[in-house]
Amino acid sequence: MDNVFAFGAASGQAGRVDALFLVIAVIGFFFFFLTQGILIYFAVKYRRRRPDRDNETPSITGNPLLEFLWILIPTLVVVFIFYYGWRVYTDLRVPEAGATEVHVNARQWMYEIKYADGRTAINEIRVPASKPVKFILSASDVLHGFYLPDFRVKMDMIPGRITTLWLQPDRPGQYQIFCTVYCGTGHSNMLAQLIVMPPHEYAEWVEHGGRDEAGERGEPLHERGERVVKRAGCLSCHAVEGKEKIGPNFRGLFGSKVPLEGGQSVTADEEFLRESIVDPGAKVVKGYPNVMPTFKTTLTPEEVEAVVEYLKTRK
Amino acid sequence: MTGTSSEHHDPAVAFESAKLGVWTFLATEVLLFGALFTAYTIFRMKYPELFRVEHAKLDRVLGAVNTVVLITSSFTVVLGVDAIRRGKTRLLEAYFGATILLAAVFLCVKYVEYAAKFHHGLYPGTNLFFSLYFMMTGLHGAHVLLGMAVLTYVLVLSRRGRLSENYYTPVEMSGLYWHFVDLVWIYLFPLLYLVG
Amino acid sequence: MESIGQTGTDRHDRGYLAERGWRSWAFTLDHKRIGAMYLWTTIAFFLIGGLFALLLRLELLSPQTRYFSNHAYNVFFTLHGSMMIFLFIIPAIPSGLGNFFIPLHIGARDVAFPRLNLASYWIFAAGFLVIIGSLVAPMDTGWTFYTPYSAKSAAAVTTLSLGLFLVGLSSILTGLNFLVTIHKMRAPGMTWHRMPLFLWSMYATSIIQVIATPVVGVTFLLLAAERLLGVGFYDPSKGGDPVLFQHFFWFYSHPVVYVMILPAMGIISEVIPVFSRKPIFGYNAIAYSSLAIAFLGFLVWGHHMFTSGMSPLANTIFSFLTFFVAVPTAVKVFNWIATLYKGSITLESPMLYALTFIFLFAVGGLTGPFLGALATNVQLHDTYFVVAHFHYTMMGGTVMGFFAGLHYWFPKMTGKMLNEKVARLAWALIFVGFNVTFFTMFIVGTRGMPRRYAEYLPKFHTENVISTIGSVVLAAGILLMCWNFLQGLRKGAPAPANPWRALSLEWKAASPPETENFHEIPVVTAWPYGYGTTKA
Repeated sequence: MDNVFAFGAASGQAGRVDALFLVIAVIGFFFFFLTQGILIYFAVKYRRRRPDRDNETPSITGNPLLEFLWILIPTLVVVFIFYYGWRVYTDLRVPEAGATEVHVNARQWMYEIKYADGRTAINEIRVPASKPVKFILSASDVLHGFYLPDFRVKMDMIPGRITTLWLQPDRPGQYQIFCTVYCGTGHSNMLAQLIVMPPHEYAEWVEHGGRDEAGERGEPLHERGERVVKRAGCLSCHAVEGKEKIGPNFRGLFGSKVPLEGGQSVTADEEFLRESIVDPGAKVVKGYPNVMPTFKTTLTPEEVEAVVEYLKTRK
Repeated sequence: MTGTSSEHHDPAVAFESAKLGVWTFLATEVLLFGALFTAYTIFRMKYPELFRVEHAKLDRVLGAVNTVVLITSSFTVVLGVDAIRRGKTRLLEAYFGATILLAAVFLCVKYVEYAAKFHHGLYPGTNLFFSLYFMMTGLHGAHVLLGMAVLTYVLVLSRRGRLSENYYTPVEMSGLYWHFVDLVWIYLFPLLYLVG
Repeated sequence: MESIGQTGTDRHDRGYLAERGWRSWAFTLDHKRIGAMYLWTTIAFFLIGGLFALLLRLELLSPQTRYFSNHAYNVFFTLHGSMMIFLFIIPAIPSGLGNFFIPLHIGARDVAFPRLNLASYWIFAAGFLVIIGSLVAPMDTGWTFYTPYSAKSAAAVTTLSLGLFLVGLSSILTGLNFLVTIHKMRAPGMTWHRMPLFLWSMYATSIIQVIATPVVGVTFLLLAAERLLGVGFYDPSKGGDPVLFQHFFWFYSHPVVYVMILPAMGIISEVIPVFSRKPIFGYNAIAYSSLAIAFLGFLVWGHHMFTSGMSPLANTIFSFLTFFVAVPTAVKVFNWIATLYKGSITLESPMLYALTFIFLFAVGGLTGPFLGALATNVQLHDTYFVVAHFHYTMMGGTVMGFFAGLHYWFPKMTGKMLNEKVARLAWALIFVGFNVTFFTMFIVGTRGMPRRYAEYLPKFHTENVISTIGSVVLAAGILLMCWNFLQGLRKGAPAPANPWRALSLEWKAASPPETENFHEIPVVTAWPYGYGTTKA
């Protein structure tokens, strides 16, 4: 879903923000065209026509009534804008009753999601349509941001503090989440998705333990691995091929000889790949920063296997 | 050297300018320390228990000694300014010399205090109270050192015969600065050492 | 007193520029030479900072990083912002043009403390050398250095903090010098209300510099202490608060935007009456509004932090106060436009830039309410909308004002005239290039593109390409303008003492002025805006 200026809001709240935006825009355009129109008009109309008589300008140094008016009117206008902005804001901040709560913790460079029933996810949040949801936000290492432009909401995520944000999506769809507080090299890769599902689909998904399309029987392991890789945030820091991101590319990794920090080198076999996922600090590839988090609690052992199988296909 | 210097000033204007300059500078110093005092207030309100427990580890006796030392040094500065107003350069040098000595005593006492804290494993990074203690007294100590340098400079000026009852601007200005340094300590001492 | 029209630029009469040799510059106590040194230095950093901007725009041609790594991009935007703010836009008008013209405007021979003035320059130089030194481990924190990232970063943050401390100290001492100068050294007969408005704006600017800068000094001192000594004011694991850094930082950095804009507004107030041959409309209002802006500017820092977890009450108060800064600002704009009414207007380059200031600053200013209003701020904060807003106010505003001042005062400072045709061509390139570069950012910001992103979603591609094209045109205009300045220095036509027939005191000195500015200190009997003769 995309927005063009102040259209495309994905919730009622967002629509109210858009209305405010449009009002401010109209006021702004009005004053801009008024003042700059007059400026250009004067600059043209009063061009010097007789250089020898350019001293014959009127000595106007003030006009009390005009000056009073153009202090009063802008003051009233800005107070109005303040008030309107404050009203809409207050709605944005006070969650509706009965909101489902989802915990989101940010770390460089991913979002760790935890639902009330203990399910976890990375970079993907699923909620039902037409119900309010409240996000409980935190951060592990540095400041991060949680921004959903379609919903016109944003909140910083602060280590050592909890902040909150709520929204109520009108309709199903997939919505972008951006990190908006600069957090290091992977800042612009720190993206997530809010997936709003029709209520019955959501209910089914919860029932099936919240694993998406949990391993259809007969699905090849490497295909499942590909889906996990896309879902679990790996691509924030690893490219499959081409220009490298923060960690090594996947293409050609399996089976290659990998030099490690500390001098030794090792062959990237299945065990190396598995260990890199659940205990990434154990063997750090030379020349790369030791920043990869562990996926031991986020992925099941089967999912880790599936990822390894997927990596094997990237020859 | 190209360019004009302050000889083009009428001396009365020069003196007034210097005074305004020093007061403005002191205003900037108020803001400088003010930021730290603000941090103190914020963290004190947030962690009253920590402050109560930790502040007892400071040596009140040494703190009180330092307070007396600084107040005395402000007094000697006043006497020095008074002396030069009456043209008594020798007396000025004696009083300012005493001030510098007292400042040195202050710094020695601080050294003893800091050493004792380190010996007990209390460092700037130990907890927020000691972060504040070391930052605030440290910044203050740096200003004491700077003050000593300024007072020494005035002393040297006097020894070179450049000061008299007609021209004592540096004396007055350095005196103002020194009083400020004293005043900051008068706030620091109770806030850090005394208030429970 | 010199009579109007007398030239002071025959080969043997170079005024304050006569004495040669590096020592005559390095140890000068002449405010004009010190001002000139600041101008050269700050313009050099403007060009270097601009180069980093071009590198950013090059990378932003493609949604994925292509020429540089993400880390390199992040370093570039940090250096662009830090250099532009601390080494160019804060010192350029105050320490550059201010140093040169404040004593001339008040009819004095120099500032109150010439030796302190020289010290300020060398402290500034020490500061920028240390900052350059920190490039061995360049920063990628953004110019805002938010903790915890800046505290943990492997970059040379501590070194940079020291450099910024020195640059800030230079700024404080300059402000102090100007305050005392304006209070104590006005020529006989120059009451406060006979001062040129440039002096009022410099006075307000100096107040801000003196009061706000110490706070940022402590902010960075504490950051260095956190890195070196483990002091934990900003560290949540020690009970500290990362948001405290933001409060301290913005307590300075918001008022500092008024340090940036007020001097430029002062220049506009000088240029418009001269080129309309009319008195400035609403002198008192413009003078007092400068003070009002300085005061109000200290109360609104929280509007940079609406999404930082501050309480709704705090947010409300900051939003409310923020809107009030708009009123004195608007008053100035109305007064300048009213000055044009029934004037006799010519559009030489100083006036072109002055009118451009009003036009572009209006865009910047009118996009402020979107950010001051709480609900829309939440959407637009940390997006390109903010980047566009501050470039319209700081570049469309301050930098255009700076260019206006440079063109206006070039004859006075150098004794030479600029090539008007080239100046206007450069202006046209700058005007078009600027708008193409930055207007697209309002659009892409509203659509949700976050700032400080090395890579962005493909849907933002078109606007980014357009913006980059604009930046090339803008750069061409700036380079042409700089070339014009150099040509003017080398072979400009000799300038008369008062080429614009202006009434403020600097035009009574020769072009370029003698070292002691005036043979005799002038006695002032009228305000400097007595253009025009007929009654309204």
